[in-house]
Amino acid sequence: MTIRNNRLTADEYKEQFSDIRPPFETYDAALVEANRCLYCYDAPCTKSCPTGIDVPKFIKQITTENLRGSAYTILVSNIMGGGCAKVCPVEKLCEGACVYNLMEEEAIPIARLQRFATERAIQEQWPLFTRKPSTGKKVAVIGAGPSGLSCAHALSREGVDVTIYEKESKGGGLMTYGIAAYKVTPQFCQEEVDYITSIGGIEIVYNQELGKHISLDTLQKNYDAVYLAFGVGLARQLEIPGEQLHGVVDAISFIYDIRTKGYPAIPVGDQVAVIGMGMTAIDAATQAKRLGAKEVTLVYRRTQQEMSCTEAELNIAKLDGCKIVWLAAPKEIVGEDGKATQLVCNIVKLDVTGAMVATGEIITLAVDMVIKAAGQMPFEELVYSNQLDNNKGKVIIDGNSTTSIQGVFAGGDCVNGGKEVVDAVQAGKDSAKAILQYLF
Amino acid sequence: MADISANFLGIKSPNPFWLASAPPTDKQINVLRAFEAGWGGVVWKTLGSQVKNVSSRYSAVDYNGRRVMGFNNIELISDRPLDINLKEIKECVRLFPDRAMIVSLMADNDRNSWHELIKKVEDTGAHGLELNFGCPHGMTERGMGAAVGQDPDIARKVVEWVMEAATIPVITKLTPNVHSVVPTGRAAVEAGTHALSLINTIQSVTGVDLDTFVPNPNVGGKSTFGGYCGPAVKPIALKMLTTIGQDRVTSAVPVSGIGGIETWKDAVEFMLLGATTLQVCTAAMKYGFRIIEDMCDGLNNWMNEKGFQTIDEFIGRSLSTLTNWEELDMNFHIVAHINQDKCIHCGLCYIGCEDGSHQAINLSYGNPYNTYSIKEDECVGCNLCQLVCPVDNCITMTEQRKGDEYLNWKEFQRRGLPLNDH
Repeated sequence: MTIRNNRLTADEYKEQFSDIRPPFETYDAALVEANRCLYCYDAPCTKSCPTGIDVPKFIKQITTENLRGSAYTILVSNIMGGGCAKVCPVEKLCEGACVYNLMEEEAIPIARLQRFATERAIQEQWPLFTRKPSTGKKVAVIGAGPSGLSCAHALSREGVDVTIYEKESKGGGLMTYGIAAYKVTPQFCQEEVDYITSIGGIEIVYNQELGKHISLDTLQKNYDAVYLAFGVGLARQLEIPGEQLHGVVDAISFIYDIRTKGYPAIPVGDQVAVIGMGMTAIDAATQAKRLGAKEVTLVYRRTQQEMSCTEAELNIAKLDGCKIVWLAAPKEIVGEDGKATQLVCNIVKLDVTGAMVATGEIITLAVDMVIKAAGQMPFEELVYSNQLDNNKGKVIIDGNSTTSIQGVFAGGDCVNGGKEVVDAVQAGKDSAKAILQYLF
Repeated sequence: MADISANFLGIKSPNPFWLASAPPTDKQINVLRAFEAGWGGVVWKTLGSQVKNVSSRYSAVDYNGRRVMGFNNIELISDRPLDINLKEIKECVRLFPDRAMIVSLMADNDRNSWHELIKKVEDTGAHGLELNFGCPHGMTERGMGAAVGQDPDIARKVVEWVMEAATIPVITKLTPNVHSVVPTGRAAVEAGTHALSLINTIQSVTGVDLDTFVPNPNVGGKSTFGGYCGPAVKPIALKMLTTIGQDRVTSAVPVSGIGGIETWKDAVEFMLLGATTLQVCTAAMKYGFRIIEDMCDGLNNWMNEKGFQTIDEFIGRSLSTLTNWEELDMNFHIVAHINQDKCIHCGLCYIGCEDGSHQAINLSYGNPYNTYSIKEDECVGCNLCQLVCPVDNCITMTEQRKGDEYLNWKEFQRRGLPLNDH
């Protein structure tokens, strides 16, 4: 049992990480599905989209060959509508609400159609939005993730000059650094960021981290308002013995490395255990398998009812051959010569109230790698050091996206603790609205 | 097992389905394939004066991603030499003696031309003649086709010429490019035609290309009005068929129904409104001759289910149910009902009624699913909600009569009964 990289050939990597939901090949193929749409009134799909995309309208516009109009309909509600088409858990949002589900028929493939409508707009940089003349107002945004970009775009359209400070060397946030590569490629993320900034009036300054290279005080002095959209990022620790052993990594950095270093460079074990059952756990497990791990086991201390990933995601893991152990709470990671060799778990059961109860039984998995995906922690220290009112590190805002500091707004994962990309985009829109009210 | 054979003026065919006069019936190779597939008969593509066709010839109307809801053509009558056509007709009759062979004719507008043509065609052994008074494009510019069918006096004259020479049954095919098919139909019957067939195609422009700005079909940068057919024209054909079946003069002769027939169900509808045989073209051009299989099978199964032994038992059966508006019962009233267990909350009934009809549906907002219910007092029983509902039997119309007696509009007015107050 070893942890090693470079397990596959170049072609194998390409195949393993190719698009999991391929686009429609032709206009006619898209039309077949677009024409199935019933064009519901006050549509459940639209109501189930955090950004409220007018889904029936954009699908109708595909059928009338008004692709430009269709792309605008999507992007005016969700400027990251292209990326969301690839990463949204649509089975619990728009597609999950599609009325066809109530007829026991396949839902309209809204995400694929959305991708069809936006892909060319992004690739060919269609100028669908125009920016009003500069008002002279300046806003600083912390973080070039979905929330920051969405806020910046909305502000720029109204003539505000925006500077985004990004600690990484690329924009896109978790889209770029935290999502399985078979869902969205780094190249697409770059194109999407370029598309958003092509409106003008948005400057992204890379490799600039709040609290390290820049301070909130300075930003407050130099800008008319500040929007905090720095997300979450620290992996939650398991607080069990053996976490420091070689071979124990957290899912966030595992995925970050895949996204930044290239597939052959990423080492994986022969026998990998992934702890957790959220979207990130699935992304880590499936990618470990696709990188060449012989056996991958997802370990979760509750049941399928409580898991936070969607069933569609779980199915990806199952189809990739990942094993799943329910009701197993990690107790200890055992090692030899400083290297992880066993994951020991308590077998638990849930009582009537849903609380975990130990059964006294133990299960031991032979492992050489453990990937921890037990959730992400807010940047607590950063929040405290800037004297922002917070709830265990999550920035507290009022109904107007305003923090406890005047002129400082916040939204997205740093406020909600980590939700979907589409939620972050909406938070950016809401905040832009609040900032515009504050400025004018 | 029902008997689906047809006897039209003594012309027998194993089923009532004939291929209409058109490209599928313009030569031996097609017609033999059609007979092998099971078609009961053909109307051979129109023979007559010499023509030459252009390229392109057809165009279509698509709807919501489905191709060829409507179809049009600017093709003229047969452009093949007459003697080849005649030789091939003779051969087809010889090889398939049990199938109906009707030959469509459109001679130049003089008595001799018609007489000569009829003589030559009868020599082939064909069972009947169909007079093409309907072609709406090209031939009309030469005073033929629809130009004949649009003028009852000319039609009467031509039928008289034909009847002087014809010794086999004559069917006169009517053009729909008139406000009523009845005057020409009457003229033809009075002049002695043995039967009528309708409808021919409807003059049309199927669309304009938004890049070239030239309407379809494009012939080197120009277009011309074409004849419209296919599923889109069926309702118009059924209406015209009904007027023929209800007229005192024209109802005396059998009718061959034409216009958008694609399935056995379409065919039965034509038969219920008076057609004895059915002619099909567009559907065969779209799908090929194999569609005949389900047409025969479906008709047979439907007849068995309804207990009909022969097609004569139901031909024309629905004619008496189409009346003048003034004879409709004003006391008849229906009200929509939404089955909440079947409703999928698409809201199409609501927005249709709200924007397009009578504001008779309640909306109760929900997330993500709204609930819709009928305001029975406001519902006028128009059917719109039921028509747009994507779920079968989710919206039903239930009868809530306004009064027990039959009450038509004349009686309603005579009694001075109250009109709507809002």
